[in-house]
Amino acid sequence: MKKLIRLTVNDREYDVAVLPNQTLVDVIRYELGLTGAKKGCEMGDCGSCTVLMDGKPVNSCLVLAMQAAGRKIQTIEGIETENGLHPVQEAFVQKGAIQCGFCSSGMILTAKSLLDKNPNPTEQDIRKSLSGNLCRCTGYQHIIEAVKSVTP
Amino acid sequence: MSEYNVINSRATRLDAPAKATGKAVYIDDMTLPGMLYGALLQSPLAHARILRIDTSKACKLPGVKSVVTAKDAGLIKYGVSPARYDETLFCHDKVRYVGDEIAAVAAVDLATALEAVSLIQVDCEELPAVLDIDAAMADGAPVLHNDYPGNVCAEVHAEFGDVEAALKTCDLVRTTTFKNKRQDAAFIEPQGCLANYDLSGNLTLYSSTQVPHYVQRTLSMVLQLPIGRVRVVKPYVGGGFGIKAAANHMELAACLLSMKTGKPVKMNFTREQVFTYGRARHQFIHTMTTGVKKDGTIVALKHQCHLDGGAYSSFGIATVYYSGSLLGGPYKLPNMKYDGYRIYTNKPACGAQRGHGGVAARACWEQQLDMIAEELKMDPAEFRLKNIMVAGDVTCNDLNMSSLGMKECIEAIRDGSDWKSKKGKLPKGKGIGMACGFFVSGAGYPIYRSDTYHGTVMVKLTEDGGKALVYTASAEIGQGSDTTFAMIVAEAMGIRLEDVRLESGDTDFGVDLGAYSSRQTLMTGHAAKEAAEDVKKQVLDVLSKELNVPVSDMDIRNSFVVFKKDNVDFSGLRTRYIKEHRGWTDNPQSGPLTFTEAARIAYLAKGSIVGTGKYKPPQLGGKYKGAAVGTSPAYGCSAQVAEVTVDMETGQITVDNITDAHDCGRAINVTSVEAQMVGSVSMGLGEALFEEVKFDNKGHVINADLSEYKIPTMLDMPSVKPIIVESDEPNGPFGAKEVGEGAIMPTIPAILNAVYDAIGVRIHELPLTPERVWQAICDCQKEK
Ligand code: FES
Ligand code: FES
Repeated sequence: MKKLIRLTVNDREYDVAVLPNQTLVDVIRYELGLTGAKKGCEMGDCGSCTVLMDGKPVNSCLVLAMQAAGRKIQTIEGIETENGLHPVQEAFVQKGAIQCGFCSSGMILTAKSLLDKNPNPTEQDIRKSLSGNLCRCTGYQHIIEAVKSVTP
Repeated sequence: MSEYNVINSRATRLDAPAKATGKAVYIDDMTLPGMLYGALLQSPLAHARILRIDTSKACKLPGVKSVVTAKDAGLIKYGVSPARYDETLFCHDKVRYVGDEIAAVAAVDLATALEAVSLIQVDCEELPAVLDIDAAMADGAPVLHNDYPGNVCAEVHAEFGDVEAALKTCDLVRTTTFKNKRQDAAFIEPQGCLANYDLSGNLTLYSSTQVPHYVQRTLSMVLQLPIGRVRVVKPYVGGGFGIKAAANHMELAACLLSMKTGKPVKMNFTREQVFTYGRARHQFIHTMTTGVKKDGTIVALKHQCHLDGGAYSSFGIATVYYSGSLLGGPYKLPNMKYDGYRIYTNKPACGAQRGHGGVAARACWEQQLDMIAEELKMDPAEFRLKNIMVAGDVTCNDLNMSSLGMKECIEAIRDGSDWKSKKGKLPKGKGIGMACGFFVSGAGYPIYRSDTYHGTVMVKLTEDGGKALVYTASAEIGQGSDTTFAMIVAEAMGIRLEDVRLESGDTDFGVDLGAYSSRQTLMTGHAAKEAAEDVKKQVLDVLSKELNVPVSDMDIRNSFVVFKKDNVDFSGLRTRYIKEHRGWTDNPQSGPLTFTEAARIAYLAKGSIVGTGKYKPPQLGGKYKGAAVGTSPAYGCSAQVAEVTVDMETGQITVDNITDAHDCGRAINVTSVEAQMVGSVSMGLGEALFEEVKFDNKGHVINADLSEYKIPTMLDMPSVKPIIVESDEPNGPFGAKEVGEGAIMPTIPAILNAVYDAIGVRIHELPLTPERVWQAICDCQKEK
């Protein structure tokens, strides 16, 4: 049985009918059409589906849509500002931190949440925070450089 | 300062903003009206005879639109190498591995499709399975394919020079055996596709593929459609590394289901299916005997290799050739003998993965060379330099090193890592090691026999002037090729990068063999350059007539027309341009004649300005059987130094840093070259330290997920110091050649050699898990 829930995604409210077993990533991708969050494993292993829930990165493939009702969700589509790309997005573009791009949404959101909490992270802080986001293309180096380059 | 305006710089990738904002469209982001969802029935058994397939219950399930089996698909054989087509879309007589495809369903949603799959009944008789090389080669072993008795899928025997005689002349001869494990490419985007057979009988397949061209041909052949009715389009792709370089069953099944239902059909692999489909790195068992002179001259290599191929050939015929031929360089080696055997086993097929066929061979040999250097009391760098090939050298198996900065790479890592003050001087538990390698810049021949161009490119100018549109069927899969070709076109035309727009990955745009064998920069790059030069010439020809200035006295630079001699009065042209575009904001008022104006004037004179370019390599290689595999118009090469710390109590290895030099010819986009270098290191590091696809005794993959199959995380990757060594490759566009695969070659052996330096024990089996390292340390202590 579907149930109507209210999701707040990127400051916009959506009323959606969801099944009890529907994951947040499926709802935001296929019901809301926000396809920036990717599905690399659907088991919580890769981080490509990362979204921010109340500011914290979560694997949205492990969150049931119903659990997200009433929480504040931010996806990659929601972090651009009026002045264009968010500084973390800009840094990823400038530093060559994006290759195939399949991990990028998750990486950028995880990095943003780190920088929101800790504007001057050490390299080890960056490595620890982003270690749940897998990337097979870059070897991570340009990603680390991008995060480092974002100044508060 | 570079002599170039666009290339040889650090450009921001064209696709980066779309990818950074989640706007880039990948296959699973696509939908079409009325779309159905497909699912596959795959074998739960490793080897079985199919007795009966009953789809009646599945067909009756509400919401199911089509159920297809071999009866509907037919039995046309396909595969990668035409010499060894051994797959059909669906199994009809036998299944040969856990995951072999039996049937497919299209339904209104995925849940219904999956339920229908579970309702298909298959009666079968389980057969004994062979799960490793020894079992498959044993006397009386069950046979996978009747045409291949003894389960030998392919064998290669080649000898250059006289190895036995040469070994007799050597002062030191050493033999080692080395084993890697089956690796998975673990790209983050699982394969997916969306097939659309329209009412006019045209089939369009959108797919996460590296090779739209080959997929188009396979679809046409297997589904019996005229090739002119088949189009393959590649959206953004989340990595491929070789595994997406051939048509897969899912693509064929989705197309068949779309043809049956008249509706678009979407299908995706789950992560588990990525593993059970396989087609990634083989397991290789190498035995090498190398002979050298006292002074360190390498004289001969005798090499035997067995590959655990899995149930089908896939790329394996090329793989078994590559694992021999890619040892022809980069050292001078006058005598080489190779015997390679690829063996069928009841596991998912293996195929091509980054560094195709050469990675394990390179690991084995480079470690052995270090062992030999030690016995000769030579520094490993000096030993390698003594034997190194230089530009112009040809290997004993006829590979022509038209440019080769191998020596410069070794010197760069030696100096860049402070090798001399570290080698042999680090405390127990710390080690340093080096290795080299090289790879093709594109396979010299297409996979099927043909005189086809390997790449065609079209550049069209917008009719109002101002932008060059590039159309190429090549595949951007994350490596940055779109940006590379846009840069090449901009450079060749003399315009700014922002004046180029590029569309790629669509078979309607021309022929391009796709993203494999590190071919695109050189091959597609050549075609792009030629197309750009064609367009430029057409524009200058018109200008020459209009202004009465010889073409040789004009040029285009930075999107302006340059008159080399006298001032030329072009005010008439400018007035014409402005009249055509009254009210436009960007009309030029003063200053030099712009490319935009020139392009518009050319259009007014001739209609649409379209330039074309094409590339195919010249006749390459020797005349012996298999001589084609390993040929290339150019070779990229790499050297790396790894520094490691080994915990002597636990066997845990930490790679502390890597110094990595690569000769990519002339770097087009410096950032992308470095990105490929570091990315290669991370894939090599994963294979060296943790990666292994494991099976139970029934042939199931037991770690078919990204938590138990471990790839490097950000915590595992050391800092890498990339050093680009440029050469001017005579066969490359602007002197460019490969970087994407040569760069992985030295990583594993550099780590192996560093681990030996740290613990004093040689390990000849991957991955270097703590258990294996700890065991090696213990065994060695016992011996003492
Ligand atoms: S898709 Fe959610 S963690 Fe991989
Ligand atoms: S850029 Fe491809 S997975 Fe990270």
